[in-house]
Amino acid sequence: MDISMSWLKDYVDVDADIKDYVEDITLSGSKVEGYEEICKDITGVIVGRVLSIDQHPDADKLVITKIDVAREEPLQIVTGATNLFVGAYVPVATDGAHLAGDVKIKKGKLRGVESNGMLCSVEELGFDRHDFPEAPENGIYIFESEQPLGADVREVMDLLDTTVEFEITSNRPDCFSMVGLARETAATYKKDFKFPEVTVREEADGDINEMISVEIKNSHLCPRYVARVVKDVKIAPSPRWMRKRLRSVGIRPINNIVDITNYVMSELGQPMHAFSIDTIDEHKIIVRNANDGETFNTLDGIERKLDSSMLVIADPNKAVAVAGVMGGANSMITGDTATVLFESANFNGPNVRITAKKLGLRTDASSKFEKGLDPNISRIAVDRAVQLVEMLGCGTVVKGAVDCYPNKRETWQLSYDPEWINGLLGTDISEEEMIDIFERIEIKVNKATRTVTIPTFRPDLEAQADLAEEVARFYGYNKIVPTLAAGTPTVGKKTYSQTIADVIKKAMITNGLCEAMNFTFESPKVFEKLNISEDSDLRKVIKISNPLGEDFSVMRTTTLNGMLNSLSTNYNRRNEEAGLFEIGKVYIPKALPLTELPNEPQKLTIGMYGKMDFFGLKGIVEYLFNVLGMSEKVEYSPENNISWMHPGRTASVSINGESFGYFGELHPAVANNYSIGTRVYIAVLDVEAMIDTACMVSVYKALPKFPAVTRDISMVINENVFVKEIENAIKKKGGKLLEAINLFDVYQGSQIEKGFKSVSYSITFRAPDRTLVDDDVNAVMKKILSTLESELGAILRDK
Amino acid sequence: MKKELQEIHDRALETLKSVQQVKDLDEIKVKLLGKKGELTAILKGMKDLTNEERPIIGQLANEVRQDIETKIEEAKAKLAAMEMEHRLSKETIDVTMPGKSGPCGHKHPMSIVIDEITDIFIGMGYSVAEGPEIEKDYYNFEALNIPANHPAKDEQDTFYISGDILLRTQTSPVQVRTMEKGDLPIRVICPGTVYRADEVDATHSPIFHQLEGLVVDKGITMGDLKGALAVFAKELFGEDTKVRFRPHHFPFTEPSAEMDVTCFACGGKGCKVCKGEGYIELLGCGMVHPKVLKMSGIDPDVYSGFAFGMGLERVAMQRYGITDLRLLFENDIKFLKQF
Repeated sequence: MDISMSWLKDYVDVDADIKDYVEDITLSGSKVEGYEEICKDITGVIVGRVLSIDQHPDADKLVITKIDVAREEPLQIVTGATNLFVGAYVPVATDGAHLAGDVKIKKGKLRGVESNGMLCSVEELGFDRHDFPEAPENGIYIFESEQPLGADVREVMDLLDTTVEFEITSNRPDCFSMVGLARETAATYKKDFKFPEVTVREEADGDINEMISVEIKNSHLCPRYVARVVKDVKIAPSPRWMRKRLRSVGIRPINNIVDITNYVMSELGQPMHAFSIDTIDEHKIIVRNANDGETFNTLDGIERKLDSSMLVIADPNKAVAVAGVMGGANSMITGDTATVLFESANFNGPNVRITAKKLGLRTDASSKFEKGLDPNISRIAVDRAVQLVEMLGCGTVVKGAVDCYPNKRETWQLSYDPEWINGLLGTDISEEEMIDIFERIEIKVNKATRTVTIPTFRPDLEAQADLAEEVARFYGYNKIVPTLAAGTPTVGKKTYSQTIADVIKKAMITNGLCEAMNFTFESPKVFEKLNISEDSDLRKVIKISNPLGEDFSVMRTTTLNGMLNSLSTNYNRRNEEAGLFEIGKVYIPKALPLTELPNEPQKLTIGMYGKMDFFGLKGIVEYLFNVLGMSEKVEYSPENNISWMHPGRTASVSINGESFGYFGELHPAVANNYSIGTRVYIAVLDVEAMIDTACMVSVYKALPKFPAVTRDISMVINENVFVKEIENAIKKKGGKLLEAINLFDVYQGSQIEKGFKSVSYSITFRAPDRTLVDDDVNAVMKKILSTLESELGAILRDK
Repeated sequence: MKKELQEIHDRALETLKSVQQVKDLDEIKVKLLGKKGELTAILKGMKDLTNEERPIIGQLANEVRQDIETKIEEAKAKLAAMEMEHRLSKETIDVTMPGKSGPCGHKHPMSIVIDEITDIFIGMGYSVAEGPEIEKDYYNFEALNIPANHPAKDEQDTFYISGDILLRTQTSPVQVRTMEKGDLPIRVICPGTVYRADEVDATHSPIFHQLEGLVVDKGITMGDLKGALAVFAKELFGEDTKVRFRPHHFPFTEPSAEMDVTCFACGGKGCKVCKGEGYIELLGCGMVHPKVLKMSGIDPDVYSGFAFGMGLERVAMQRYGITDLRLLFENDIKFLKQF
């Protein structure tokens, strides 16, 4: 919402410096987005009079002029303009002048002839023929009358103004108008607010009720419809002052009738529409819902398809406007129009908003209506419009108005309690000050009953808390003293789950991984890319009904796509290696379509390529389980059933036989789908399972008092035997004395028979209460070795 | 004998001058002072001395022995120092060569900001609450005093799953879920992911992060709101940070405000970053609307509260000078390793 500061002065005597004004009005609740001082930068342009015009000796298309600018000597200026005549008053940009578009004027020579400035068109001053219809299409602006020579054209042409742009919140439809913001301004500065005086002379003959009738068929969507009629309409440009004001608030001047409707819309916030009355069959206006499939040509010449949710203004035979959005080409005012009907109606805000959205046609009018206007302004607005018609002399006004207003919006009462308000704000504002604030914004106060009457243009004031805000904003939010809440003390902390998630993050970072963040919705095509089978549960996705596009249309059921895209980005930007992790949600429906909220389990996803292999990744996973105190509970087993993973290089991790994730090498075909030309390592672990299993309590074990004994063994064993099986056998027979098993070599090669591998361990024994002797250890080793031989077929290399 | 002792003494001092290695010193010590050494040999002749001479020579012999011992120790120390010096000079390395780094990962800049803000509020007695991202219309809108057809619903460009299930457009539904539990007093914050139908560009993302705060207790005032948020702003941006409250409108708070903080770039003088205003908008806040309290089962005549919410991407971008939001979701390690 833009306002003009010079226009604002019609309603409130504001004299603050613009910088102060912008801050003051922002702090009282009308937020300024920015302001523009129109023509502030246009300098050095003054009024001059053409004294002589002579042909340039060396250029056919140039003339040499002498211009009187009330200096000692006239200025010699060379120009190509053809509309000049001796005695014409023109704007002259003198040496050093500054024009629109950051153009600087310097004296110089044109084809050898000295030129000391430039004669200006309105365009060079930053305007066009909408601002100055009298200006020639191509040529120098010529003043229509004598002007003081040497005077600043900004003054003479009335160019200066300041436009202030406001961000108005949706609860304040009244502030989408000059008067609304003037009222706020007046209250901010404790000054008087002057609403425009509206009086109409009504000099035309005739009875309006014979000229027009109005029927509202849907009073929910159209609470009020007011019409007035103007005869003997003379279409012409509106006067400069009106054009300037419209321009300042961002509206292009068209002609007097259109400008008047726009002027009233800006001033009072009430959009208006002017029809040619002769185009309305039977002179009967019907406000009705459109028919499904009804088509309508709007003013902009586009055919619109309507439906029955939309409201139209119609005559018995055809629609003439989409209510609150745009008029029709069929009832448009033309130069021949003699009698005009001014419509000032109130339409249901949400309905106008939805209609405008459906039609893709958000207009100045619809954007005002959609906020929900006060129907009580409709009559004042139409009176104001015809008053302006009279003022501009562009028609005569028929007496009276047709006013359909089935359910009048009345004022309402609220009670207020100064103590409650002060209690909420933490202030000590007197009742008198509160009353003063209320009255400044036209809230009537009955002090005896402590009730206030709310004007109908403030539908946002529904309860005492709303009154508290009014008090607070004019008292000054920044005068409220900051305090620290006393109340009941609370302990601030994270939940256990959040703490564990933090531990996981820290473990990842300790292992050199960077935290990634990916979109949680993606394309349904990712399942193909990830080689996920047609019947996989992962394909049961939650779909967004109004996505930004197919690429963002389903909630992810796997975190892999985001991770692989990130790795691909890194790979294709030639980052030699990358290690990423993400803790993020997947969205698993309980049933489709959704009847209740889905599960949103969190997954830890690791993705790496570069100097990395399976066991490097496993090391990270083991480190994680170790810091979570769950190493002992986790089982690793080969996993060859995940279609997007390498079947021979993937491990499943489980607790008590229940898998909670997997890790290993990505299937090369999938890596290829993501344009990653190297081995990729992936881990996906369920965070919930880790939270449930983690044990963050450490218990001290006494440090050993007696020395350990270590024995190394090497064996040749079938390559299909897992080291886990060997270790289980050693553990089983190692008994209480066994302290640690350390795998230090696995070898397959020339010295080992094909299909076999050599495996070497160092095994540590210790007793808590004595120094072990050889006999102790030998006995245990014997048991271990014989088990390895008998159960696993191991052949010991050096006994 | 006296002469012999003197001679040993002089010879010893002379020899010591030219010694180069510690082990030579040890040899000299044995040769002169050892059990079979020269001094011992001379002292064997003591028995032939007179009673008068004996103490004099004895004393002299002791003096000679002590002096030689001292001189040897001195020479030893000197040699050790020289040898150390030699070794150290041989071991000199180029300290400007790069260090060997162990693995070092990095938190995402968004996480850093979220953690920092979370820590500030935990220190002020707030707990961290969470809620679902796929949310019911009731929690996202209706219970927050945003009825059907309210323009705010449009303003937020909601993604819908079905009629009454949507992607939350704000973290505020967690407020409602927390209040519904009814454990009073409430002091919580809720950082989380939210969704709005904005096309991706340098300053917009359809997925972004917010942090919400809620306090409900007896006698909570707008002064308390200002106090808490001023402390927060100082903790986050520095002790000199000033805050400014502007009236604003949110359906779920009344009175409502936006809080600006003095521009971190210019300190409030006005610059490009703050568009000359000296202030930067940080968050929206207000006193919890009595209707909202009531809908969640809290008696607004007994309890009052305040709430606040802020977008976190903007905080991160301002803090780190990140000019393109898309960088946050690309996960290029060259970017991530900067934080």
